[in-house]
Amino acid sequence: MNNLAEFFHMGGYALYVWGAYGLATVVLSYDLIAPSWRLRGLKRRLALRHTHADSVSQP
Amino acid sequence: MWYWFHRFASPAYFYRFAGKAIPWLATLTGLLLLAGLYGGLVLAPADYQQGDSYRIIFIHVPSAWMSLFIYVVMATAGGIGLIWHIKLAEVIAACSAPIGASFTFIALATGSLWGKPMWGTWWVWDARLTSELILLFLYFGVIALQSAGEDKRTASRASAILALVGVINIPIIHFSVEWWNTLHQGATVSKMGAPSIHTSMLVPLLIMALACKFYYATSLLMRARVELLEREHNSNWIREALKNHE
Amino acid sequence: MRTFGIPRAFIAVLTRDLLLALRRRSEVVNPLLFFVIVVTLFPLAVSPSQAILQTLAPGIIWVAALLSTLLSLERMFRSDFEDGSLEQLLLSPCPPTVLVLAKVLAHWLVSGLPLLLIAPLLGVFLALPVTAMATLLFTLALGTPVLSLVGAIGVALTVGLRRGGALLSLLVLPLYLPVLIFSANAVAAAADGLPVTGQLYFLGGLLLLSCSLAPLAAAAALKISIH
Repeated sequence: MNNLAEFFHMGGYALYVWGAYGLATVVLSYDLIAPSWRLRGLKRRLALRHTHADSVSQP
Repeated sequence: MWYWFHRFASPAYFYRFAGKAIPWLATLTGLLLLAGLYGGLVLAPADYQQGDSYRIIFIHVPSAWMSLFIYVVMATAGGIGLIWHIKLAEVIAACSAPIGASFTFIALATGSLWGKPMWGTWWVWDARLTSELILLFLYFGVIALQSAGEDKRTASRASAILALVGVINIPIIHFSVEWWNTLHQGATVSKMGAPSIHTSMLVPLLIMALACKFYYATSLLMRARVELLEREHNSNWIREALKNHE
Repeated sequence: MRTFGIPRAFIAVLTRDLLLALRRRSEVVNPLLFFVIVVTLFPLAVSPSQAILQTLAPGIIWVAALLSTLLSLERMFRSDFEDGSLEQLLLSPCPPTVLVLAKVLAHWLVSGLPLLLIAPLLGVFLALPVTAMATLLFTLALGTPVLSLVGAIGVALTVGLRRGGALLSLLVLPLYLPVLIFSANAVAAAADGLPVTGQLYFLGGLLLLSCSLAPLAAAAALKISIH
């Protein structure tokens, strides 16, 4: 348990070290999530449009 | 070879290929990140001068490497797109810019977080930080030009030219900043040089660098799929792909 | 049909642009006034003390020169793009790089050269030592053409966009940094009585490099923007 506390303490530099890694995590995760959100929305819209186009073109 | 190249560069094939490759790349990225972080944050000993604060190196330096690497990839892809009119190359150039800007931002922010305990201030006009800041401006320029035009293809061709001009300029800017910095050496309190690099530090550093490369590949493919869908939304292969839920 | 030689085409574009600039004098004078006014702001904002102004002078003059060049850059292609004459020029048999070079030279004659002429006055305002005056003129003579050349790429990229102004400065200013660093430093070094040949050689190298590459990039950018 002591080891874990020491690990998070980072020799007194916890704020800087964990701040740096936390910030990187936030930026990189957002970087991954943003396009997947866009993909989902786009797919839904395109699917709607295509089914609409199909139903119109069918006699 | 050309046959393979053409097939790979066709949007339809690439879209399907990327869809299959992303889970594998993401898994590999995750494993490498875990290994690199464990090695860097747990296994590597504290530096005898900087204590534990040097552990920021394992994210700072790979990000700084990526920021330059992605710029070069972006300019190369843009150049290929300009010369041979390959759509896929344009898409790759366009999708690289935000990822490169993210890495540049991380390199700057972590550099600042490292500078606070080392220099006592959040920001020092150190040559490396200054170059990185200017690189961020160059990325912003490319991104702004990409989103400024109404026609996506024109915009990506224009930003490809800007990226190529930037690639020629980066060494000149870097040299100027280095030279300027040596003149004003008083500004830097202590150099943020690599703390006497030991294998126990080098190995996690390289693993983290590799993890960042794979992260870039994953993120690039994800973005490229969205961009392809947006640009080609009227073509038949997209209808087919969407019907098959790819 | 008459065929035009390349030198003739170059001179024709150059004289045309100079004539147009003469007709629209305010567009030429305003960036110059801006240059002077920005410089006069500093003694009022910072301090009228000679010692402080002297250390700031090279930087102030050069930053003001960058900004005033930015103001006048758009003129290079914008109005020609809007009235369609740019497209006509690009359709002519004359190579587009020659055309760009002529327009850049016209721009420099109208906006860069006046900066050079008025700079000694500003040097006096900012208590720049007389020994540094020649260096200031040298750096302006070598540096402002680079600003026009690199700026041409930026204008060519943004000319087709409706609101290109702010974007232009975002694209171009980072590329101006090497000129700014070496010029301002050369002037400061000269004021301290140090040799400046190294910096001037570097600026000359930048001028040669941008002279050979910038017209190519600007021509390619114009072709993209016109479509």
